[in-house]
Amino acid sequence: MTTKDALFTYLLRQADLNLVLGHRVSEWCGHGPVLEQDIALINTALDILGQAKSLFNYAAEYQGEGKTEDDLAYLRVEREYLNPLICEQPNGNFGDTIARQFFIDAFQYLYYQELKNSKNEFLSAFAEKSLKEVTYHLRFSSEWLTRLGDGTEESHQKMQEAVEDMWSFTGELFEMDDVEKTLVTEGIVVDTTSIKEEWLNLVSGVLTKATLTVPDNNAWMISGGRIGQHSEYMGFILSDLQYLQRAYPNASW
Amino acid sequence: MTQTQQTKKLWELLDSVEDPEVPVISIVDLGIVRDIEINDTNEIIVTITPTYSGCPAMEYIEKGIAECLENNGYKLKEIKTVLHPAWTTDWLSKEGRAKLKAYGIAPPENSPNKNELFAKPKQIECPQCHSRNTEMISQFGSTACKALYRCKDCLEPFDYFKCI
Repeated sequence: MTTKDALFTYLLRQADLNLVLGHRVSEWCGHGPVLEQDIALINTALDILGQAKSLFNYAAEYQGEGKTEDDLAYLRVEREYLNPLICEQPNGNFGDTIARQFFIDAFQYLYYQELKNSKNEFLSAFAEKSLKEVTYHLRFSSEWLTRLGDGTEESHQKMQEAVEDMWSFTGELFEMDDVEKTLVTEGIVVDTTSIKEEWLNLVSGVLTKATLTVPDNNAWMISGGRIGQHSEYMGFILSDLQYLQRAYPNASW
Repeated sequence: MTQTQQTKKLWELLDSVEDPEVPVISIVDLGIVRDIEINDTNEIIVTITPTYSGCPAMEYIEKGIAECLENNGYKLKEIKTVLHPAWTTDWLSKEGRAKLKAYGIAPPENSPNKNELFAKPKQIECPQCHSRNTEMISQFGSTACKALYRCKDCLEPFDYFKCI
């Protein structure tokens, strides 16, 4: 695999992760349990979508085919989206959203600290910038995970279920195939095996503080999104996300 | 006018472009404008950086810069956006901080542990009554750059400009 092919695929994987997650979180707009948390979730979604925008912008430029960030974000078909499955999982109850967010926040928090050292100038700057935002996201999701886990009997039970439901999607975050391996060799991206243990420690620490049981580290993990094999939810997300560009091609502000 | 004098004038000029979300301070006070260059053919190149990745005001700010330069007879060549070095509240000017406070937004209080993950929320000074007996209501306020606080003495809620 050439570096160019690998880096373009990698950029799409990262951009799609943020686009689809940002879209999911933004679905809370106007539906948050209380006003402050509604605003907090939307601020988080905005950061994540902003990160997606930076990545798509660079990906389009790097591809060099005259496409724009919008072409990449809105005009691909389902099998061409390369986000891990965890970000397309439904919002569910507030606890489900918090569990999904917490696992991804903890991953990005550690991942971006390493990506800051990338030999690719854009990725290094992107990681430096995003890390500041992700730190806030992780504080928010950790705080709610703790509050709900260590809350009432009902909130504890719901939070535990959410953590277990989301757990089997976390393995995919650490997966590496030829795309990442090619780029790791060149010092462009992070070897995820190097942050796996730290992630487990971070996650276990917060779960324990929240009086929740840490799921089995060797549990079976589901994957496929990173090679375009999505769960049943992805089509619905895209029909919503792409509606405007499909109905009114080339519409712009 | 020498190049330096001209650049200085341009900095002063862009100091009149307001941030649309915090209209009391300029984009220069905020540290959004990173560099102003004048090329050989007397065209201007402005380099800016976003406060937050998803800041929805960036396009509006670019428009403001373009209009400001055009109205004053300058020719804008390009507005470059850079992510590195990442924007930090340390770049907020002294004047900017004073203006924020007068407007009712508590300015960022610099602390060495701003990147610490689980640091305790700070006791921020209330911009209304100056009490430090305050509490954080939410990490996220009306815009990405602000957190929501409440003063336990005068009971007023207020925005705090997050320290990043």
